[in-house]
Parts: sequence; structure tokens; C-alpha cells
Amino acid sequence: MKLLPCREVSRLVSQGLGRELGFGERVALRLHFVVCEGCRNFNRQMHFLRRAIRELPDSGDDSSH
Amino acid sequence: MSPPSNFRAQIESQRAYLLRYARVQLRNAEAAEDAVQEALLAALAGEQGFAGRSNLRTWLTGILKHKIVDAMRRSSREQPLGAGDAEAVLSDLDALFVEDGHWRDPPAGWDNPDRALEQKQFFSALETCLGRLPARTARAFLMREHLGLETEEICKELEITSTNCWVMLYRARVTLRQCLETTWFSDPGARR
Repeated sequence: MKLLPCREVSRLVSQGLGRELGFGERVALRLHFVVCEGCRNFNRQMHFLRRAIRELPDSGDDSSH
Repeated sequence: MSPPSNFRAQIESQRAYLLRYARVQLRNAEAAEDAVQEALLAALAGEQGFAGRSNLRTWLTGILKHKIVDAMRRSSREQPLGAGDAEAVLSDLDALFVEDGHWRDPPAGWDNPDRALEQKQFFSALETCLGRLPARTARAFLMREHLGLETEEICKELEITSTNCWVMLYRARVTLRQCLETTWFSDPGARR
């Protein structure tokens, strides 16, 4: 079975943050992550970015409380 | 009849928070001010809508979100796509990969990202990075990640094609990743 190239994986990871991926897509990602550390890191960092953005408004000066 | 003044005062105490929230989204102090003002007026008028809910801030933020989306919709009508917002073209990002689709520079792991989330300076770095994105790209990204809108709704609000929308979000994520890596994660000095 031919693995997806990293370029496609990175796009799929981004799409996965906006829609439910299909079964085949999820399998393709998992298989790719097993062998590719760069994409594993990329995937983790994308999810981290989401968390960071969600915490954004609470991060600043909130001295009124 | 005007609402009891203590409700007004409670609402008013959330203004600073709401302003900050709106500024992150709208990236325009004046537009943020307007959206918050509209939200506070709507809140005063709809006090009974709050009755029985426990968290005033959550309730107000919910109202504010609608006002922000309205403001975004207005301004995206007035403002054409900027050059940087690019059509559905990914050629600039293709530079990240070599011909066969592998990373030119595979992303390295980040050191202790959880700790970054506890640091105020990290969020300043994040805001700086957001500020470097093309205006519409940033807006689309924040609508998705901050306001939690579905991608389809974002396309509709911004009046762009679905493909363009996906590309904008991808570009935003990849660009932010790179920016955070440069300004934060590769600079241990910044984290102390």
C-alpha cells in the first residue's frame, strides 16, 4: 500500500479540524503517522494551536476580577 | 423602564473582558468597541433572557459572538480580498515540500507546549503571529477556531468558495505554526 505524501497529510490534518474525516482518510493518516515523525509533530502542533486559540481571550489582562 | 442598576453594573464589569475578546476577533479597536456596545445594549434589553443562567460572562459572550459575526459580515462586504488572502492557490505553501511530497524541513517536536499555555508572553506571541496573517485569512481562522463556526458557515459569511475557505484555513494553520516555532519554540530565552 502506497503511503500518502506529507504534503497531502498536512492538508488532511487541517481538514480534519474542520470536518469529520472518512474512515479511509483516518486510516491513511494513522498509517502515515506510524512511519513519519515530522507529520506526527505537525498533527500534534495543529491540535495544540486549536487549544491555544481557544484560551486566547482569557489570557490577557483580566484585572477587573 | 430601566433595568435594575445592579444588573447594569454587573454587565458593565464584563466590558473589559468583552472588549478584549472582540479585539482579538475583529482586530480593529473601533469595530470591537461598537460590537461590545451593541452586545451590552442587547443584554440590557434582554435581561430576562439571562434569568436562571449561572454565568453572566458566558451569556454575554454568546451575545457578543453574534454581534462580531454581524460586524465581520459587514466589513467583508466592504473589503475586497487582499492580495495575501490569495485565491485557492497553494503554490507558496508547496515550498514547504520537496517534489515527491516530503517535508523540506520536517516539523520538529516542540518542547513542553503545555507550559506555554500557562504563560502570558506566549499568548502575546500568538497574537503577534495572528496579526501577521492576511486580514481575511485571520478572520476565517478565528471564526473557525475561536468562535467555533462550521467551515460552511464561514464560507457563507465571508462569501468565498468552499475550496477557498479550506485553503485559507490551511494557510492560516501552517503559517501560525511556523511563526510560533520561530518566535517562541525555537527561542528558549523567550520562555524563561
